[in-house]
Amino acid sequence: MDINEIIKEENLVYRKSAVLNDKVFNFCPGCGHGVVQKLIAEVVEEMNIESEVIGVGSVGCSVLVYEFMELDVVSAAHGRAAAVATGIKRVMPDKYVFSLQGDGDLAAIGTSESIHACNRGENITMIFINNGIYGMTGGQMAPTSLHGMKTATSPYGRNEAMGHPIRMSDVVAQLEGTYYVTRQAVHTPAMVRKAKKALRQAFENQKLNKGLSFVEFVTNCNSGWKLSPIKANQWLDQHMLPFYPLGDIKTEGVIVTKDK
Amino acid sequence: MAELRLMKGNEAIAEAAIRAGADGYFGYPITPQSEVLEYFMAENATERTGMVVLQAESEVASIYMVYGAASTGKKIMTSSSSPGISLMQEGLSYLAGAELPCLVLNVVRGGPGLGDIQPSQGDYFQSVKGGGHGDYKLIVLAPSSVQEMSDFVPLAFDLAFKYRNPALILADGAIGQMMEKVDLFEPIPRKTEITEPWAVKGKQPGEPKRTITSLDLDPYGMEKHNEHLQAKYRAMEENDVRYEAIQCDDAEYIFVAYGVSARICQKAVQLAREKGIKAGLLRPITLFPFPKKQLAELADRVKGFLAVELSAGQMVEDVRLAVNGKVKVEHFGRMGGIVHSPFEVVAALESKIINV
Repeated sequence: MDINEIIKEENLVYRKSAVLNDKVFNFCPGCGHGVVQKLIAEVVEEMNIESEVIGVGSVGCSVLVYEFMELDVVSAAHGRAAAVATGIKRVMPDKYVFSLQGDGDLAAIGTSESIHACNRGENITMIFINNGIYGMTGGQMAPTSLHGMKTATSPYGRNEAMGHPIRMSDVVAQLEGTYYVTRQAVHTPAMVRKAKKALRQAFENQKLNKGLSFVEFVTNCNSGWKLSPIKANQWLDQHMLPFYPLGDIKTEGVIVTKDK
Repeated sequence: MAELRLMKGNEAIAEAAIRAGADGYFGYPITPQSEVLEYFMAENATERTGMVVLQAESEVASIYMVYGAASTGKKIMTSSSSPGISLMQEGLSYLAGAELPCLVLNVVRGGPGLGDIQPSQGDYFQSVKGGGHGDYKLIVLAPSSVQEMSDFVPLAFDLAFKYRNPALILADGAIGQMMEKVDLFEPIPRKTEITEPWAVKGKQPGEPKRTITSLDLDPYGMEKHNEHLQAKYRAMEENDVRYEAIQCDDAEYIFVAYGVSARICQKAVQLAREKGIKAGLLRPITLFPFPKKQLAELADRVKGFLAVELSAGQMVEDVRLAVNGKVKVEHFGRMGGIVHSPFEVVAALESKIINV
């Protein structure tokens, strides 16, 4: 059977978003970054807003986002994506503006810019990849590294003198400027579907002009964690998710109270 | 409409930005330039022209808001004073690397460190040599009157867009705080359409996507980008040197000074001439590009130069490079916020150059 006989319109159940180009992702096998970038592309395509989107990249594993996406993208300095996105959105209020940052970028060097963009209620979508480690720099301790976590700069485990892991989504949910705050994951198909819905919501919210939408993705970092992709996903389930529980933290400007 | 008003330098620059059709201002308060942001707010700049005015959480945030907003091809500015400008150096390097036009005002105060809030010119090196990392230059304009605080705003925007490069207005605490009459120019309406082909606006169908970045991991690509930047800086040196020569035609001795020091030297020229010393003043208006050629030409026919600065001697190095040993070049400066008197300047000319 010829391949063209199989690839027929009625047989197509999946295709790559046209917002992603054919460049090969530079991510390690099994990494969540690629899934998140794919979801951004799909959401933008499904909303049919390619010509109205301006993305803001950052420094770390998401630095080359402009290479893979067929979108106008501004690449920010380490930690400054929220300020850059603020500048763009303030002078182009009719555009959809999103930022994409990792944990070192958003929650260490860029904490001030992140908190204040959230507090001003900038009408943007902040996307936060939390894998508890510096991936691109080579596996150093991140502000989100778990207690006891071994990294290149905490080789015997993160101890109290090195500070505590920061739950950034819970922090920004406390600020009046955030309208939607959610924590998602992308390492199982069911989670990917849920995460995409949340991401779509975070983009749709920009139409409302009611404040900032913040989407955290708890992901693995096989290379940084020094685990195979499968073992990394298991470790994520066992260690990351208990500390960073998934779900909406704030919806329509109100903190979600969990029933016990 | 054009208008004559008595204003502080800091107010004049804010009024000029509104009139020049600026699209956005992002800034953080710091003495002695807080009047800039205060004026935008008190004057309801947003209501007057629709421009965005936002108080940022820090100078670091300010310069990156400028970076983001400037990526859209609009006229964007910030202002600060020395310690705040130090915080912006990383951002200025990124802006220069990504080739984004913008306007930055530095109303210089005494340093180093927290220093004081009096006039100084101690940020010359930082401004003209590239205070951030990497090989880059800013276009640097040095106003010496409140009038020039106003006039240099549209000029700085024009140069910034001409070269796709950040422009810096390097003032000092005296020029920022003093009041003078200003002939305000006719307002220029804000641009309604962005025509810059590089500006981000959302990828349009049938057009290539636009990327604003200073990154290129390929070292050959990065070297090429650097060569392109250097060619741009050479073009600035070729085409956009600005200076004022006062009584240089018959002068035997030349003061070289900018900003408030140039004002003092103008008086010193008069005092020296009353004493029979043929003095003149060469006032660089652009500190980068620096009037090297003009100084080299003067060096062929004068007996000496005195660089007069509110610093330990920074611009004097560029004067020495231009004069290239042909005649004596000395420096006279006061520091820490002390401003020299014209009498001291003349005495320095006599003791350091004439009577040696």
